[in-house]
Amino acid sequence: MDNDKLIIGGHEFHSRFILGSGKYSMRLIEAAVRDAGAEIITLAVRRANTKQQESILDYIPEGVTLLPNTSGARTAEEAVRIARLARELGCGDFVKIEIMRDSKYLLPDNQETVRATEILAKEGFVVMPYMYPDLNVARDLVNAGAAAVMPLASPIGSNKGLASKEFIQILIDEIDLPIIVDAGIGRPSQACEAMEMGAAAIMANTALATAGDLSMMASAFRQAIEAGRKAYLAGLGRVLTRGASASDPLTGFLHD
Amino acid sequence: MVKINGADTDMAGKTVSEYLALTGCNPKLVAVERNEEIIPKAQYDTTVFEDGDTVEVVSFVGGG
Repeated sequence: MDNDKLIIGGHEFHSRFILGSGKYSMRLIEAAVRDAGAEIITLAVRRANTKQQESILDYIPEGVTLLPNTSGARTAEEAVRIARLARELGCGDFVKIEIMRDSKYLLPDNQETVRATEILAKEGFVVMPYMYPDLNVARDLVNAGAAAVMPLASPIGSNKGLASKEFIQILIDEIDLPIIVDAGIGRPSQACEAMEMGAAAIMANTALATAGDLSMMASAFRQAIEAGRKAYLAGLGRVLTRGASASDPLTGFLHD
Repeated sequence: MVKINGADTDMAGKTVSEYLALTGCNPKLVAVERNEEIIPKAQYDTTVFEDGDTVEVVSFVGGG
């Protein structure tokens, strides 16, 4: 397990839990990162509030990789603008592409996402596109230069879990890039299940931000993700199509 | 007028550095885009906003 690394765009990580930083106080970030064991944290880019002197960056422990998203973008061009601004903010070259035209369900626009991936990969970004799990689009993202593919489990912020399980499994089986399940994972058990399926990592935000104890939930997710990964590497036992199979010897009974 | 983050301002003739100082914005924590072109930090002292410019000043916030 010690040698089990997650590699994204040539960068190595040991943690397979990508932490969101939205919808909770920045003062809780340090504890959340610690209890999650996270090495990557997502951020958003917004118009600066000139009254605010505090920066969220002050609360993120050193050594944690920043993954700015392009939320708010409705087209590839807007996502590219946001990514370039994020890079100018001095966070490195990682970017999570998030393009939505639909404000009710917040579903990603796969076609625009492929276009933005192509542009930003050419500019040297480590591109991690958030997408609706579709094999053809995932292949297009590979060809466009994505460093990972981030399919949604269920709508953003819903905590509904692996609604798109079958389609994520197809991506895991067919795409030769880390498949990072993003959006909708609400419970540690769901994160664990995705990891057992062979997902490379889990991204969660709302599940923690809406939990009773954010830090304790971060720790629970960490354990679940590690357990799921271990189970995947161990190879799950088979499932019988019917009947039963005794675990005990079928000889030597007392009545023999 | 210079449109900054969606609002009309009278910042024409001011440099980026002057604008940031006037509004109490820490230059280290923002990125500035004028007419959809990013202004490198090294040019904040020498770049002057002109009438009709559209400017975005952004920073990081919490997000998923």
